[in-house]
Amino acid sequence: MHNGSKQREPFFHIAKRTNLQPWKAFAIRAAAVVAALLVSSVVSSIITDGEGIGEFFANLFDGVFGTERRILNLFQNTAILLCLALAVTFAFKMKFWNIGAEGQTLAGGLACVACIQYMGGKVPEGILILIMAVCSVAASIIWAVIPAIFKAKWNTNETLFTLMMNYIAMQLVACCIFVWVPSGSGVLGVLNHGHFPQIGGYNYILNIIIVALLTVLSYIYFRYSKHGYELSVVGESENTAKYIGINVKKVIIRTMIISGAFCGIAGLLLVAGTDHSLNTNTVAGRGFTGILVAWLGKFNPFFMCGTAMLYVFIDQGARQVATAFGMGGSFSSLITGIFFFFVIGCEFFVNYKVKFSSSRKFRIRQNGTQFPQGGVPAAQETESAEKVKEVNA
Amino acid sequence: MKKKILILVLVVALVASMAVAFAGCNKDKDRFTFGLICLHDENSTYDKNFIDAAKAVAEELNVKLVIKTNIEESSACYDAAVDLVDQGADVIFADSFGHEDHMIRAAKEFADVQFAHATGTKAHTEELANYHNAFASIYEGRYLAGVAAGMKLLEMYPDATAYKMGYVGAFPYAEVVSGYTSFYLGAKSVMPAGKSITMEVQYTSSWYDPDKEGTAALALINNGAQLISQHADSMGAPNVCEEKGIPNVTYNISTKATCEDTYLIGSKINWAPYFKYLIEKTQKGEAVEKDWTGTLTNDAVQVLEFGAGVSDAIKNAVAEAKAEILSGERKVFDTATFTVTKTDSLNTAATVDATGKLTAYQADVHTDPNFQIIPDTQVVENGIFMESKFRSAPYFDVRIDGITEINN
Repeated sequence: MHNGSKQREPFFHIAKRTNLQPWKAFAIRAAAVVAALLVSSVVSSIITDGEGIGEFFANLFDGVFGTERRILNLFQNTAILLCLALAVTFAFKMKFWNIGAEGQTLAGGLACVACIQYMGGKVPEGILILIMAVCSVAASIIWAVIPAIFKAKWNTNETLFTLMMNYIAMQLVACCIFVWVPSGSGVLGVLNHGHFPQIGGYNYILNIIIVALLTVLSYIYFRYSKHGYELSVVGESENTAKYIGINVKKVIIRTMIISGAFCGIAGLLLVAGTDHSLNTNTVAGRGFTGILVAWLGKFNPFFMCGTAMLYVFIDQGARQVATAFGMGGSFSSLITGIFFFFVIGCEFFVNYKVKFSSSRKFRIRQNGTQFPQGGVPAAQETESAEKVKEVNA
Repeated sequence: MKKKILILVLVVALVASMAVAFAGCNKDKDRFTFGLICLHDENSTYDKNFIDAAKAVAEELNVKLVIKTNIEESSACYDAAVDLVDQGADVIFADSFGHEDHMIRAAKEFADVQFAHATGTKAHTEELANYHNAFASIYEGRYLAGVAAGMKLLEMYPDATAYKMGYVGAFPYAEVVSGYTSFYLGAKSVMPAGKSITMEVQYTSSWYDPDKEGTAALALINNGAQLISQHADSMGAPNVCEEKGIPNVTYNISTKATCEDTYLIGSKINWAPYFKYLIEKTQKGEAVEKDWTGTLTNDAVQVLEFGAGVSDAIKNAVAEAKAEILSGERKVFDTATFTVTKTDSLNTAATVDATGKLTAYQADVHTDPNFQIIPDTQVVENGIFMESKFRSAPYFDVRIDGITEINN
């Protein structure tokens, strides 16, 4: 113990965490979700001139779990988002920044609609759906593999390339609709052929089953297959991959084919399972949201189920709050924004710990077990010691 | 430890507040509920027009109003509609053309709920008792706005002999064609002998895109347009006009407050009469018309306020034309007031005499499968193109002389 207590310490300092127990990391994230919801409810209360915080939560949960159909929508939207998140995961794991899932899915959807346009009613429905599936996957693979070939052969920038391909796909869709709908309204109505069958009287069930299967398959691929291993090595270090004899070009192209195929399936699910139609906004930004979902899920397919559902939960819930409070569309974007600010921000606290110099805990640690003034009851001392351990853990 | 307790307390507080809130929920499930599905929200002038009317009517008739905004023209519309049914809606109305098929799907599923749709074309051919279309003869309003536009140009450039207007349209679709043609005919009707007027139309391929609409307006102005009007739903075109000092004729809302130098006049469909009709008929358990058309007479078509500094001459000309339309003396689509050129690809359904006068026109009134265009109804009667007679949604898609579509 020294007497130089005048010496000023920084107010707080930050240290990297090592060996954080999983349950603690989970607790931090859960706390972030709770904090995000509380802040959202307060913000909502302020901008709606005093609608109750209770009302906010009631509507938030009502919007997602209020009716059987809303719960089904939660799963259906989660399925589509998860499918796209899985698609980008393949590319992102090898650090190929595929931000073109939007366009790849649209290309697949367009192929589906083209099949329906030209073959609907002429072949049996089951065969039509099979043809749609093949064409959709093929179209998406083409859309995904073009940037991959350019990257593998000439090392072009895949971020820009895949982004540009999105716009081409959108224009192509607009153009095809213009040709198919001569009235000029620009609206392709509901198509009568190529619908997925209902299962148990419910819509969307087949979508959910297919994506569940894909999730398991991709987990196995990443975890247990040689391909999965190769693509993570390419992601970690291309030179290492080359050194141990991995054909990097082949891995890039092969992985993007899989990424494209997943987008193609998403396109099929959207056209045959959900919308039975197509417009330039059918994917509705989910190709980009999928990236967020994949990243938050640490590229683990099972964690991604959770993050995808969390996103859909907050989006669907916030829309219901907006409807109930008579607010416009920006309201739900605002709530979603607050939510993800917290959820992404909390990763900082998972990776680092913040220590405040003025807190007693800190002083205890600085001074060993001794208290500056002494004479602290024994019970408190043990409690404090416990805290010290906790901080050190 | 403290943190854990804090979290625990927060969670308990959360659950408690939810329980309380849920208990208070659903208290007015028995109240008559009107559900409104909008493509965008209040930021779109088109949707705002519906929302304002719905709010006013809901208050007047004391019914519960639930508005769902930003509903895409996809299965999202079906989901929104059936969700409204789950919430106890008695009447559900959707405001965008692309919502139609999804509304029909919902209508088939829930026969005891009334579904209605603006700008749709299928109600009169679908055999559904609970599905209805509605629109208004907005071409009358646009014609009157055109009268003001023509007069304004005559005032601004008294010595000119040829005038040029610009029009920003969404899609090359009958609703837009009918709108811009009536606007043009209004302006043309006030041109004295020896003076001519033309108009250029630029499409944006979107119903709501502030940037594209602004760019289109700018392109038209750079091409020599002396006045701009639009059939697209953002403030894109009016704002560019204000910046460039070019008079603007609006649709759905008056921009007098934000574009005070250039706002001239506008027209809009007032949806309040239809909403009122729809709700009252449903409440009484009476049948709703399959295809309802609002007009100048029943106040569904309105001419908006005049801009600052609009002369009495213009106001009088508009009032005079309005009186003539109301009395039936003047018809907007009188085939004597325009000529049509028929080519292999353009106006193929038209019959035109040697002077270019439209003598007959087979319009596609009944929607055909697979998006085909199969002309089915003769719509020219006694020299008048009978818009709104055979269905509420517009079917005037004749390209008349004097109007050029720039990017079709």
